Amino acid sequence: MTPAQGGGPAVEDVSGWGRHPVVRGRVERPENLALPEDGEPLVPRGLGRAYGDAALPANPGGLVLESTRADRIRSFDPATGRLHCEAGLSLAEILRIFVPRGWFPPVTPGTKFVTVGACVACDVHGKNHHRDGSFGNFVDRLTLRTAAGRLVECGPDRERELFLATVGGMGLTGLIVDVTLRLRRVESPWIVLETQGVASLDAMLEGLRLSATHWPYTVGWIDCLARGRDVGRGILMRGRHATQVEAGTRRARPALPLRVPFDAPEWLLNPLFVRWFNRLYAWSHGSALKRRIVSYDAFFYPLDAVGQWNRLYGRRGLLQYQCVLPRAAGPRPVAALLERLAGAGAASFLAVIKDCGPASDAYLSFPMEGTTLALDLPNRGAVTEALVHDLNATVIEHGGRVYLAKDAVTRAADFARMMPRIREWRAVRDRWDPGHRFRSALSVRLFGDPA
Amino acid sequence: MKIVLVGATRGMGRALARRLAERGDALFLLGRDETQMDLSARDLEARGAPPPVGQARLDLGEPDGFAAALDAADRALSRMDALVVTGGLFARQEELAADPARLAALLHANFTGTVLLCQQAAERLAGRGGGLICAFGSVAGDRARRSNYLYGASKAGLAVFLDGLDLAYRGRGVRVLCVKPGFVRTSMTEGLPVPPFAGEPDAVARRVVAAMDAGRHQVYAPGIWRVVMLIIRALPRAVLRRVQF
Repeated sequence: MTPAQGGGPAVEDVSGWGRHPVVRGRVERPENLALPEDGEPLVPRGLGRAYGDAALPANPGGLVLESTRADRIRSFDPATGRLHCEAGLSLAEILRIFVPRGWFPPVTPGTKFVTVGACVACDVHGKNHHRDGSFGNFVDRLTLRTAAGRLVECGPDRERELFLATVGGMGLTGLIVDVTLRLRRVESPWIVLETQGVASLDAMLEGLRLSATHWPYTVGWIDCLARGRDVGRGILMRGRHATQVEAGTRRARPALPLRVPFDAPEWLLNPLFVRWFNRLYAWSHGSALKRRIVSYDAFFYPLDAVGQWNRLYGRRGLLQYQCVLPRAAGPRPVAALLERLAGAGAASFLAVIKDCGPASDAYLSFPMEGTTLALDLPNRGAVTEALVHDLNATVIEHGGRVYLAKDAVTRAADFARMMPRIREWRAVRDRWDPGHRFRSALSVRLFGDPA
Repeated sequence: MKIVLVGATRGMGRALARRLAERGDALFLLGRDETQMDLSARDLEARGAPPPVGQARLDLGEPDGFAAALDAADRALSRMDALVVTGGLFARQEELAADPARLAALLHANFTGTVLLCQQAAERLAGRGGGLICAFGSVAGDRARRSNYLYGASKAGLAVFLDGLDLAYRGRGVRVLCVKPGFVRTSMTEGLPVPPFAGEPDAVARRVVAAMDAGRHQVYAPGIWRVVMLIIRALPRAVLRRVQF
């Protein structure tokens, strides 16, 4: 007799953070990650912060294996910062446990509510990409449960092809069971932050470039409604971990538990409201160079302070669009994308802009040397999807690509044109999972998996 | 504190053990699955429990092994001062009703086994000046409902026992805490219909630790379930006959 069991998998509506699309699934949340013995196809899932269909079942009623309860730490070496943990451990937990001991995740996306497994599967990047690259660069070892049920260890120096296909492989090469990564030493939980208003896209790109040499973390916020000469107007931010001396005796204030309690009406995010929000945001930062010390939460995770902020986009949810354009393409296509968005009146609050460093060796890893843009598009159905295809055309023309952790609508043919190493990835995946047991709504859409 | 935990590898037990580890309590694990205890012991060490977090085999269904298990814990901790039992069996009403062997095993572990273990531990602790016993009952033991009275009966019996144990041993320095969780989202309740006021294991763990420190004899978790059960206990029988839950 098993010690305890309820009614089996929970039948739930499953969606990403964008709340669109939605697919009914049978969700299992085991404390020990294992595959069903009958060979049933499934999609691995973490905390559900991918915006689109990356962690949705391939077909209604499909099995979803959520890793969040498989969150044990296997070991931590305080001499080197090497952390071996199960795939369901979240960055929020890592921060809570290890920041007081002087350690920080080597790379973090814009939310801390992500599992380590998902950080690998999406090969996430952060404000330090120009210097440190993406998450996979800090992973020494992965344990995968393959489609056949076997445990396989891989890493940069072992089963390297499987490793390169799994980092950024969207969970489609096998079930990531545990991960060994290297945390970064920090002197304090505080961040020295500099902000500066910039008047144009050229100034923004120049600011990012100049800051990159001295600052580990850089990012820009762009007012998406600005047009013409003002395109790219926004705020440049750069940060670094504060030293003990700089941090002084600061104590973290407990955050107010804010939450969006219900779906906002769709008229809320009208262009006028967004215009004034953006002006207010710009005004609050001013144009002068300012330096202050902020908490790591305020710097890395401003949106995490508002629970379920995705409800602001109403019941139909949002599509997040993130692309990267290669440095060689110059600033023009970036401006073209911003003009296109402003012209569409597709009210996005702010776009995040960031310069990326060299690409990773992982076959499907998103970042490449160049400029990345990320923004929210309220979902208005076919109109919004058409806009995404339109933006994709510009991105493809200039040799760029979109980020699968955000994507929900890119077409298979378009994605194939964005990813030069997609064939290598397919070959490795086919070798380890010939029947495509690991499949998702995304893999049906982009890789032709059976639904 | 030096705490012995039964059932710390999963669910609320796992969350509670982590809370205790984070504040530096010395821990010792008892349970059936050595591999799982091994994994949890390393997790708890990484989270702040002084290493090594030891372990020994204990099956709530096999009382003959209790003394040896408590001996092992006492040796490893050089005398424990608290026992926390979150472990137990669970199955849905239909399954228990259809399978007498399964029902017997559940009643045996949740009631007989847990009572024998706590009684033994209380006697040990009293003999050395005192300590703490904490075990998990359930709101299901507060009032019978047709949808889970078999499981509920095992927990109702346990609650009466713990109540009495507290009365009998508090004078000898042993505090006894009966935790009554409401519906909490764990692997144990996965797939069951989720009622209002469902809780999370971490919040339960925080509340239990506070109750342990405050020396209380009973705590509902999440706290709202105290009110919910006050109402459910007050429902006239005619109402319970009619409703389907």
